[in-house]
Amino acid sequence: MPTVNTPQSQGELDNALLLLDDRDNCLVACRSIAANSVVDIDQQSVLIIYAIDLAHKAARKDIACGDKIVKYGAVIGSATLAIKRGEHIHLHNMQSDYLPTYIIPTRSEIEER
Amino acid sequence: MQAYLREDGSKGIRNSLLVVYLVECAHHVARGISQKFPDQDVQLIGFPGCYPNSYAQSLMESLVTHSNVGAVLLISLGCEGFNRYGLEKVISDSGRPVNTLVIQENHGTAQTMETGSQWVEKTLTQLAATATVSMSVNELIIGTICGGSDGTSGITANPGIGRAFDQFVAKGARCIFEETGELIGCEGIMSERAASAKVAKDIVQAVEKAAIYYDVLGHGSFAPGNADGGLTTQEEKSMGAYAKSGASNIDGVIYPAQIPKRTGLYLLDVVPDGEVRFGFPNIADSAEIIELISCGAHVVLFATGRGSVVGSAISPVIKVCANPQTYRNMCADMDVDAGRIIENRGTLDEVGQEIFDLVVGLGNGVQSKSEQMGHREYLLTYKYFSAGRACA
Repeated sequence: MPTVNTPQSQGELDNALLLLDDRDNCLVACRSIAANSVVDIDQQSVLIIYAIDLAHKAARKDIACGDKIVKYGAVIGSATLAIKRGEHIHLHNMQSDYLPTYIIPTRSEIEER
Repeated sequence: MQAYLREDGSKGIRNSLLVVYLVECAHHVARGISQKFPDQDVQLIGFPGCYPNSYAQSLMESLVTHSNVGAVLLISLGCEGFNRYGLEKVISDSGRPVNTLVIQENHGTAQTMETGSQWVEKTLTQLAATATVSMSVNELIIGTICGGSDGTSGITANPGIGRAFDQFVAKGARCIFEETGELIGCEGIMSERAASAKVAKDIVQAVEKAAIYYDVLGHGSFAPGNADGGLTTQEEKSMGAYAKSGASNIDGVIYPAQIPKRTGLYLLDVVPDGEVRFGFPNIADSAEIIELISCGAHVVLFATGRGSVVGSAISPVIKVCANPQTYRNMCADMDVDAGRIIENRGTLDEVGQEIFDLVVGLGNGVQSKSEQMGHREYLLTYKYFSAGRACA
């Protein structure tokens, strides 16, 4: 049984996931959300399987591979995989429609090479 | 607010003396002079390159005659390409005390440092007698930038600055937002706010130019820390950055070293013209801050999520922290806790008002956090703009 970790049960926030614009298909975490938490998305309880850090994005609904990701009511890129509602949206499943995103390897990734 | 009145009629909120190296070879001597006055407002700026560059010349001319600057000491090695006497004339024509020391004509390092220090000491006494006058909000020029952005920036600090900008524009100030490379993806919605069809066209052209420039360079204005903080793409970062501009009409697109003449909101186009040359347009945030200051900014509002600590030479920087975790981690560096919005400890309007009040406070002699800690970062590199653009 996953821990029920809704904002209401924490009693400090109205929403763990913030909707910035009605047109959006993603939400923004206003606090870090632990793995296996249940949060509220559009008045429905959704299980968050993998942790989502503060300010990272979660899918508001199921998103097909190739669909545009919409935040602030604007397109911010495209899905590169199918994304389930409540799933973390980041570099592993979406990309820019303009420019590649550059990241640096962690120390452990360097050591694995 | 209380301002220092310059002979050219401009009003500054600081009364700094600049020591300026005109090539990297003169940097040590200039730094040595500036460091002899740790308790006074003596600041170091310069240009590292030996080859002349019209953009660098324009930027420097604008910086040394900034309203926050009272006097200037130029340090030249002697053989570099910078037009030192042209720069000196611009300063003397503005009514500011100026002196040029050429190291090769002053028996080298030690003698130049000695002569320079004596001039600074004498000139500081003169500067202390600068007339002060009252200054109103409608005489202010305010710039904004974001750096170390994360997923909170676009929700808290940037729109908070946007609220402050709306208030400043409504009260008659001149406000400048920038970095067209960080607005890639927003050109369509941004152009809808243009005050005229021409401005709308200028906005779209400026952003398209930036997109081409960054495409050639291989990646855009997106750092690994942005991704750690939850931002995935340039467009997403852009949308957050765009929120700094508030909701006012956009009255024009300006270029580095161009001081907006009328009240309103301006987009600063920092991406060079023509084919890609000299590398990345702005190698770090400080280069953009200096460009905002070259457009006359008395103050720069800096939104940060991951936690930047920078200030700037010439004009104070107010750090608006977007992320509540970062604020708790680095509160001594942050002027505003904008992240409180996502923890339901405040509203955007409250944050906007706090920023507004802090700017007015700077005009009454209060120092920002980065000023208190001695941050006086500065960057100026090579760029190319079409003739006339960077020299308005």
